[in-house]
Amino acid sequence: MATGVRAVSTARTTSSATAIASDQVAASVRDLSKRFGDRVVLDGLSLDIKAGEFVALIGRSGSGKSTLLRALAGLDREVSGSMAVAEPVAVAFQEPRLVPWKKVLDNVTLGLRVPEATRVAAGALDEVGLTERISAWPLTLSGGEAQRVSLARALVRSPSLLLLDEPFSALDALTTISMHRLVLQLWERHRPAVLLVTHDVDEALALADRVLVLGAGRIAYSATVDVPRPRDRNHPELTALRLRLLRELGVPMGDTDELI
Amino acid sequence: MGYLCSATEEVAVSVQVLSRSATRDAPVWANPGSGRASRFLPGRGWLRLISLLAVVGVWQLLSATGVLPATRLASPATIAHTAYTLVTTDSPTYGTLQASLLVSAERWGIGLSLGVAIAVLLAVASGLSRIGEYAFDPLLNAARSIPLLGLLPLFIVWFGIGNMPKILIVVLGALFPMYVNTFAGIRGVDPKLGELGHVLGLSRWELVRHVVLPGSLPSALTGLRLSVVGSLLALVVGEQINANAGLGFMINTAEEFLANNIIMVCLFMYAVLGLLADGVVRLVERRALAWRREFAQ
Repeated sequence: MATGVRAVSTARTTSSATAIASDQVAASVRDLSKRFGDRVVLDGLSLDIKAGEFVALIGRSGSGKSTLLRALAGLDREVSGSMAVAEPVAVAFQEPRLVPWKKVLDNVTLGLRVPEATRVAAGALDEVGLTERISAWPLTLSGGEAQRVSLARALVRSPSLLLLDEPFSALDALTTISMHRLVLQLWERHRPAVLLVTHDVDEALALADRVLVLGAGRIAYSATVDVPRPRDRNHPELTALRLRLLRELGVPMGDTDELI
Repeated sequence: MGYLCSATEEVAVSVQVLSRSATRDAPVWANPGSGRASRFLPGRGWLRLISLLAVVGVWQLLSATGVLPATRLASPATIAHTAYTLVTTDSPTYGTLQASLLVSAERWGIGLSLGVAIAVLLAVASGLSRIGEYAFDPLLNAARSIPLLGLLPLFIVWFGIGNMPKILIVVLGALFPMYVNTFAGIRGVDPKLGELGHVLGLSRWELVRHVVLPGSLPSALTGLRLSVVGSLLALVVGEQINANAGLGFMINTAEEFLANNIIMVCLFMYAVLGLLADGVVRLVERRALAWRREFAQ
């Protein structure tokens, strides 16, 4: 698996991207801008993600969360600014995007260029608890199972940076809880840097080392979460942070602070 | 028109899939806990034969009682006997049935394979690239609107009365439905899977092989079934004009002698060809689209 740094820089900014060593920083974004017609979605956004760091990015819908993630994934090249990411990058999308005519195992090995790809992929499926569905057709999987295959497919590439684009938003509450546990487990074992895009403040607080709020096209607020995992939802620090994040997101809280 | 046809076919296919799973389940509720029910209820295929046999029976009855005069419509028994005679004796007028069948099957086989192969190549070329699309798609769509069978006199002027114009008309009969459906299939592949391929680092060729072509297969196979029908129609008409061998020639000759029994035998042979080919395509469909079938169950 190729490991290296992919640097993208465009006309507006001169890039210092190539100076990034991939063992310290997983992603470095400088002055990233993106517009759709007249609408400015990203407006000079800068962001660093340390190697192995779990970062959650929250924002209202339409705030450009997915746009940023797509730019980091190399799916959107029509951006200005500079960007460097440590390769390999892996992505798990909101919909699992399994190839329906490939069995589960073949979905995981698709494009995988390592020796003994089949064995490695089977190992990854074992890690997400899907050994017995290895030769199932994707259309026969439940939503949670499909998303676990998608995670296995991302992890099997040993990513330096794992991009998660609202991967749990279509799952039911119980499945989401077990998926959170699984993602933390996998992250602790493999230690990729993670950028989790979500609209769910609680999800961000349960998982991330650092929570970023995207507003007006840049990082409007950043908070470090120092509570050890697994986290109690009612931990006072998380409760305070939740209120703060909701306020940053523009959810009117009135005087309820005292009530909670 | 092509799109309309393909939509209808699609519905037919899914209905078939649904009823298959229904049959599979039937014995379970009919007689839970034992396999006896399935022995008393033979497969759906046999049940479907009942109406057909009934029609043949009534037909035979009407012929035997003289309601249907033999000079207009031969009885099933006569047709069967005619077929037997045509197979066993090499008549100076007609030759043998199997020789005629072979000639027609050969024209059809060559024409259908060529037509399908050309259609797939063109569809892949225009489906995968804008240049290909601009080069081929307008031409094919324009050509598609020409009534195919109207071209036959022109082909005879150009290519004479040999096999060439007949095979060519079959090629065209197969080409258009296959092209339209395969092209639509390629363009209909979910672009999100294209993005996935990019993220997974697939090369362009790998993307085509693992994502685009398999994704277009359901639509392409629908096209193939329409091609089988279209090319058979082209064959029937194509080889009735200026032929000196084949089923079409037999029909033409029989027409001169008002031998409706021989015409019926030949029509039956065409039907057999069509059914066989359709069966093969269905078989391919069942294997190649297994990922979809299991979803339906």
